[in-house]
Amino acid sequence: MSGHVFHPGHEELHGVTVVIRGVSGRTYVGRYHERGDRGVVLHDVGVHEPGSGISRDDWLARIRKFGIKVDHRTLIVPQDEAGEVERLAS
Amino acid sequence: MPYPPALVAPMREEMTRMGARELLTPQEVDAAIGDQKGTMLVFVNSVCGCAAANARPGLARALEHPVRPQEVVTVFAGQDVEATARARQYFADYQPSSPSMALLRDGEVVHFVHRHQIEGRSPQAVAAELTAAFDRYCGATV
Repeated sequence: MSGHVFHPGHEELHGVTVVIRGVSGRTYVGRYHERGDRGVVLHDVGVHEPGSGISRDDWLARIRKFGIKVDHRTLIVPQDEAGEVERLAS
Repeated sequence: MPYPPALVAPMREEMTRMGARELLTPQEVDAAIGDQKGTMLVFVNSVCGCAAANARPGLARALEHPVRPQEVVTVFAGQDVEATARARQYFADYQPSSPSMALLRDGEVVHFVHRHQIEGRSPQAVAAELTAAFDRYCGATV
């Protein structure tokens, strides 16, 4: 079903859990809602801070196995912070 | 806030049609999962069209496989809130998401499928992952 939009009127990634690399070095994982003027809106978001004691790759591997420890119910990643967006499952 | 019962009724019926037993209260959850023996799949149901719309038919297809869990039970996230919270206590190492699925063997989680592993995947792909887990964990032991 690749490419199938589940919610008519929304972007393809709407409702999909994504990873966003931040320009700051932070990494965000959450359920994509939309990309608007202010940035990318995510729900149920976990945030990895560089220098937090666990590498980004290990943090993502833990999320893939055990799920997202939610830091923010909703978070807007600003446009100038939001880098590459990819599916967590990919 | 729970959705109107009439809206979620088809989603409940889709589960019971495939043989899943609904657990509606914490007491029913404890009776089913507490001191659980053998193999059991716990399906955390959801109204989400992004993932649950593929998860339910994926599970139904997987349950046609000759090797399958001895029992399938289901709780409904956002609807049967207390029952869902209690069920999640039995797989507390895994962060909540819905839909999701926990395969238990003698009370231990041996395989877990998160929502992010369902999103965007076809029912066939979901079924393939499940049947692989069934083959690995639900077959006869010698």
